[in-house]
Amino acid sequence: MTTQSCVMIQKEWDIVAARQLGREIAKKIGVGTVDQARIATAVSEIARNIYLYAGKGKVCFDVIETIDQKGILITAEDSGPGIDDLSMAMEDGFSTSGGLGAGLPGVKRLMDEFDIKSEVGQGTQIKVIKWVR
Amino acid sequence: MDRNLKRIALDNSDSIVKMWMSEINTIKDGNYTATISDDLFESTNREFVNVIFTSIKDQGSSKAVEDFSEKIINLGWPLSYITDGLQIFRRVTIEYILTKTEKVDSNYFSQVLESVDLWVEPIIRKLVNEYSGSWEHIVSLQRVALQELSAPLIPVLEGITIMPLIGTVDTDRAKLIMENLLEGVMQHNSEVVLIDITGVPVVDTMVAHHIIQAAEAVRLIGATCILVGIRPEIAQTIVNLGIDLGKFPTKSSLKKGFTTALELMNKKIIDLESKEENISKMLDSIKGE
Repeated sequence: MTTQSCVMIQKEWDIVAARQLGREIAKKIGVGTVDQARIATAVSEIARNIYLYAGKGKVCFDVIETIDQKGILITAEDSGPGIDDLSMAMEDGFSTSGGLGAGLPGVKRLMDEFDIKSEVGQGTQIKVIKWVR
Repeated sequence: MDRNLKRIALDNSDSIVKMWMSEINTIKDGNYTATISDDLFESTNREFVNVIFTSIKDQGSSKAVEDFSEKIINLGWPLSYITDGLQIFRRVTIEYILTKTEKVDSNYFSQVLESVDLWVEPIIRKLVNEYSGSWEHIVSLQRVALQELSAPLIPVLEGITIMPLIGTVDTDRAKLIMENLLEGVMQHNSEVVLIDITGVPVVDTMVAHHIIQAAEAVRLIGATCILVGIRPEIAQTIVNLGIDLGKFPTKSSLKKGFTTALELMNKKIIDLESKEENISKMLDSIKGE
């Protein structure tokens, strides 16, 4: 595992910084343009969730390598209010903020692997991976 | 006490300046100032140290400091040059004064420290304030400039208006887009509005949501909104996200969108007869006479 790079999310413009970093790292490890757009969009979604619901948190990027594949691991962490009902949050069209409600289920479809942990009052952690094809 | 120390510093300003100069030259190499010519560096250093001494002499005269900061900000010198320079000045001055006195006890030592700090502090405060003030000014100017650029509306033909979007769409900008769009549609009496997102790097749910809302609002006031400039990768991410953009027409390029807009308006672009043809027709008609 190589060194991790993180972006703190506090302002709306930090979302832009996070997705630019994500796109840059993805490009460096040889991700194609379409998947770069997918990664940037996914980062945008999870970073925006932090900004909207938790106020602040961080998004970290790791390059991971296994025997037969290479990929980018994105970890988003916050210590915000947490998600009350995870299965609801993963449903299409569910939103507590009047948005489209496509964020989390969308991120799951955009990426190859998706893992979410959340505890009410403790915060939320999302881990997603995109493998280089 | 302070006056005594000040006198020592001012009387021996030449030696202090010499020490300061040699110190500041050591930080020049491999530093932010490496690209600056030696002559300019030398003359700026002289001016800087003169300003420091003038300020000490006049109990923190602000005029000299102000002039100097204005000049150095205009030339684009880094702030670290100022802070480093003053840090060094503080160090060499304390060092110098201490070597000039025979008996140094802790009381005297702390007095020297305090006095020199008091001389340097107003200069640091002033210069740093000037610097950050100038940055804040630039940032605010740029924000205004960016806002002017952020949601332009261009009437291209009777009833057809285009809004090209370039760069990231954030909440503030989304609001501006909506306002300008609706205002422009009323003002130009548009029937079709083309929103071009070729230059938008990422379309996430928030951006899509704002576009859908804008399109819906445009529909409510009786115009049609066409979303154009959807790049292939953006199309794929929109599908992955599961966003429904089926309520209004979308096109891959502005050109195709414009053609659709013309169709909606029952208009068509036709080529004019070329001039040569006109001339040959004229010649024919002359021949006929």
